[in-house]
Amino acid sequence: MCTMIAHQAKIQGRGKNGQDWFELREANVSYDHPYDMPLEHALNIDFVNEAAGPGARVAVELSVEAARKLIQTIEAVLAQADERGVLEDKHQAASR
Amino acid sequence: MYQTNQYEGMIAETMAMQGHKGDTINAYVARPLGSGPFPGMVVIHHAPGWDEWYRECTRRFAHHGYVAISPNLYFRDGHGTPEDVGAKVRAGGGIPDEQVLGDLDGANKLLRSLPYVSGKVGVFGTCSGGRHGFLAACKNKNYDALVECWGGRVVQSKEEVTPKQPVAPIDYTKDLPCPMIGIFGNDDKSPSPEQVNLHEAELKKQGKNYEFHRYDGAGHGFFYYDRPAYRQEQAVDGWKKLLAFLEKTLK
Repeated sequence: MCTMIAHQAKIQGRGKNGQDWFELREANVSYDHPYDMPLEHALNIDFVNEAAGPGARVAVELSVEAARKLIQTIEAVLAQADERGVLEDKHQAASR
Repeated sequence: MYQTNQYEGMIAETMAMQGHKGDTINAYVARPLGSGPFPGMVVIHHAPGWDEWYRECTRRFAHHGYVAISPNLYFRDGHGTPEDVGAKVRAGGGIPDEQVLGDLDGANKLLRSLPYVSGKVGVFGTCSGGRHGFLAACKNKNYDALVECWGGRVVQSKEEVTPKQPVAPIDYTKDLPCPMIGIFGNDDKSPSPEQVNLHEAELKKQGKNYEFHRYDGAGHGFFYYDRPAYRQEQAVDGWKKLLAFLEKTLK
């Protein structure tokens, strides 16, 4: 891509692609050309499972403003859950 | 110019070719029917992937009398929809320049081995493909004409240099052996008009044979009719200019 600004985070999660849910292992975050958003550059997040091939992907393309709002919203939700003492770490989640 | 009483036919198909380090990759090839000889064109896909626009672009060159080959530069990154494979490459920071040069060299050699290809071969690319085209022309030194459309990061700052793209292509300008045409939009951010100025200044300094066309009211990728960036008037004029340039340099 033309900016080549891309980072990867190892994650634990599930994503839905069409009718099927699948395991997510990586989140690829880039600021580069989007595929569908009518912008030259966008904040792109691809939730993927690299081991399952390029099609194991849930894609999101956001404007800069939307991306910042999303970060704030996630932080706010996690803070609220933490205050209530209901945050689960990954060991608790995995044991269910 | 095509006349309505003229015969026209074309064959277009996917085939295998030898790329960097002898790797087998696939490529889309389109050519006019007949024994030719026709000039060749290597068509370098853009960063979003080896997609339908590039197949159509390859056929467009065939329609205008060229044997055109578009190698799949993302072959080694797996198979799926062009978008899914392109997103994987995007996440990895693109593909290594060295590998691209090897694949493009393979495409060039394949064209030159074909009995219906004349002794002249050009190269065309847009976006990252424009950058790769400039690199290939300077480093592989086996092209007779270069068409660079809004090549992003031909001018690279030190922060933009990565292990995969270790040298700014502008540093190779002195090695450019063939005439080039550059097509740019003045509203583009990559390359910005300032970067295009630097690109042009270096070509001028090195005494190269070039022509640049810069369009007002156009940004990045203004040939892509399937994107909001499409600008009909500028795209039509850009195609007219680049085809006239190829007619002059390759035929």
